[in-house]
Amino acid sequence: MIKYIKSFTLFELLTGMFLTFKYMFKAKVTINYPHEKGPLSPRFRGEHALRRYPSGEERCIACKLCEAVCPAQAITIEAEPRDDGSRRTTRYDIDMSKCIYCGLCQESCPVDAIVEGPNFEFATETREELMYTKEKLLENGDRWEQEIAQNIYLDRKYR
Amino acid sequence: MNNFSYLNDLIIPGSIIIAQILAVLMPVLISVAFLVYAERKVLALIQLRRGPNVVGPFGILQSFADALKLLTKENIIPSNSNKLVFLLAPVITMVLSLAGWAVIPFAPNWVIADINVGIMYLFAISSLGVYGIIMAGWASNSQYPFLGALRSAAQMVSYEVSIGFVIITVLLCVGSLNLSKIVMAQQTLWFAIPLLPMFVIFFISALAETNRLPFDLPEDESTLVAGFFTEYSSASFVLFFLGEYASMILMSSMTVILFLGGWLPPFDIFPLNAIPGVIWFTLKVMFILFLFIWVRGTFPRYRYDQLMRLGWKIFLPLSLLWVVLTAGFLIVFDMVPNSL
Repeated sequence: MIKYIKSFTLFELLTGMFLTFKYMFKAKVTINYPHEKGPLSPRFRGEHALRRYPSGEERCIACKLCEAVCPAQAITIEAEPRDDGSRRTTRYDIDMSKCIYCGLCQESCPVDAIVEGPNFEFATETREELMYTKEKLLENGDRWEQEIAQNIYLDRKYR
Repeated sequence: MNNFSYLNDLIIPGSIIIAQILAVLMPVLISVAFLVYAERKVLALIQLRRGPNVVGPFGILQSFADALKLLTKENIIPSNSNKLVFLLAPVITMVLSLAGWAVIPFAPNWVIADINVGIMYLFAISSLGVYGIIMAGWASNSQYPFLGALRSAAQMVSYEVSIGFVIITVLLCVGSLNLSKIVMAQQTLWFAIPLLPMFVIFFISALAETNRLPFDLPEDESTLVAGFFTEYSSASFVLFFLGEYASMILMSSMTVILFLGGWLPPFDIFPLNAIPGVIWFTLKVMFILFLFIWVRGTFPRYRYDQLMRLGWKIFLPLSLLWVVLTAGFLIVFDMVPNSL
């Protein structure tokens, strides 16, 4: 009986409508994305970058651990000794269309050379632009060094 | 002399009629654009989103940008379709949803055609709306539009029956089919109060009649892609869209005239009755449209057999019962309106 009264007075429907009416005055959860950005964790795994020492010397020692650990086999490294005898890469390519952003490369790196930075806005219009070369990666490193260093500093307790 | 009477008999009245039609249809079409914007904004508020906020202040020009985008797109006509009917269907939907506005009184004497069968005309026009949909579904020659059109036909026929009975109860209380007289009969009390169950039934049937959620089975996205206008693009899509929203506004105006006292202020006291009737009318229509959107933001879609059950097994007996009750009440208490 009560069930019939409820359904004929639309009790449940009106309760539902009252609920949605209350929701209209709640704070919005979306942000104006290109103008406002949400917070990122220091561990955020975005676009890759190759870092340098403050002296300008590149960190990568061509140990190829990242190439070995990469589950998507997105990294290709070729290396030979430089004129001063130190071991350096001659080629360091990442196929960003293969990369799954797992972060294993930065975890395996003994010298914090390859890192995934906070940048995630690197969409391109052609596929070729996603085949990152050593120059592109080093340039990323120079551009994002401040943020990357800050993130590594913030995450130091857990490394 | 002869030329002069020609001018007096045809050109002047003709141009007055065209001016009247433009004066009604331009605001209707512009309000369609703002209704689409309002719908997106209200749904966004309910779902804790922001909604359109880029084009113009608060995104208010979004619909115009969308219309421009759609009109510049290519009009794709499926090769297996019946081309004439395919192109005619959206035009029919659009024309029918605009034709109904001829008899809507916005304020005392603000009506293009003050005919004595106004409500019959409105009812007929809103029933004809199903033809545009059936033609679209059939001419597309594709499975989803076809299913959408079948659903739409059955749904609109079912809910028109109860809408008919609801209108009869109102007519019993008024004694006239003239829309202006229906409004004037509500001067002491809006019919929404004595006929509250009828008002609710009419509103819900109006949702079904305009294919709005929770009864949007004909264009059910999750099962039928876009229902009867799956194959439509560009300008013909715009016509369908405009027609659908214009008929939404038309049904809201019908609700306002039948139950919420048209242009009458809620109380006949000084600050309220100083406001022009057309503003009251617009406010009430906006309220009903807000209800349409609010309902859309709240309820999930009905299953098709539930929809039919609601129409035939609940609304039809209930509205029939109320016709009998109202008629009996009017006879017993000797309140039958004079002109009946």
